Amino acid sequence: MIPDNLFGIHTKALDVWQRRSEVLANNLANTDTPDFKARDVDFAKVLAAASGSTDAGRLALDAPAPGQIGSANQTANALAYRVPTQPSMDGNTVDEQVEQAAFAANGVHYQASLSFITAQIRMLRTAITGGQG
Amino acid sequence: MSLFSIFNVAGSGMAAQSLRLNTVASNLANADSVASTPEAAYRSREPLFSAVQKQVGMGNQDAGQGVRVLGVSESQAAIPNRYEPGNPLADADGYVYASNVNPVDELVNMISASRSYQNNVEVMNSTRQLLQKTLDLGK
Repeated sequence: MIPDNLFGIHTKALDVWQRRSEVLANNLANTDTPDFKARDVDFAKVLAAASGSTDAGRLALDAPAPGQIGSANQTANALAYRVPTQPSMDGNTVDEQVEQAAFAANGVHYQASLSFITAQIRMLRTAITGGQG
Repeated sequence: MSLFSIFNVAGSGMAAQSLRLNTVASNLANADSVASTPEAAYRSREPLFSAVQKQVGMGNQDAGQGVRVLGVSESQAAIPNRYEPGNPLADADGYVYASNVNPVDELVNMISASRSYQNNVEVMNSTRQLLQKTLDLGK
């Protein structure tokens, strides 16, 4: 029997990696913008929120009526500001090397999630064709 | 899909940096220009960058939409004058007014702009590869 959630956490992880690469690309585009503060996505927190698990010991704010603002969405989308390693005269906190490294690592993680999904599809195809395809 | 918006973000960065390179080229080309009055003298130009933020719903911080150029500012540094009575542009007292371009500043700006441009190109290339891999998903 095929499980409901075929690709596990990887479809959600792909979303988060995409969002993170967008944030990092924005940091890199604003390398020379005065007073720009570099931001990043807290991957573990966002993925936990996306996959529905709440933090241990903490109850999520209940939003029973439609239109009320719940806490889950806010923490999930909140971006954190990077702590600068070096001060700069124009108040910009983008460190090109740090951002480039993070962007490269992010791309590798994205590809890892992609290959997990590909492997899952291959496995199913093997099961369907009985190894004949 | 947010990978597509990276093309816009990196594209805005490339556009901003190429405008910066453009002002550098203009400044360096006019480094030795002279004029008859201090007002007409060439002043060093520099673009002013600003981050683009899209305002969306409460508590939802947007990833940002790249960078834009607010405008080009002219340097307020003093205009140097030289005594050159033989120059056809000299004023009644024999002075010409040169530009206030500092070539060292411009070269530093040029290196910084071209590095930042390359960074944005790299971001675009990596994103293109990731999208290509996503298209090949399951093959």
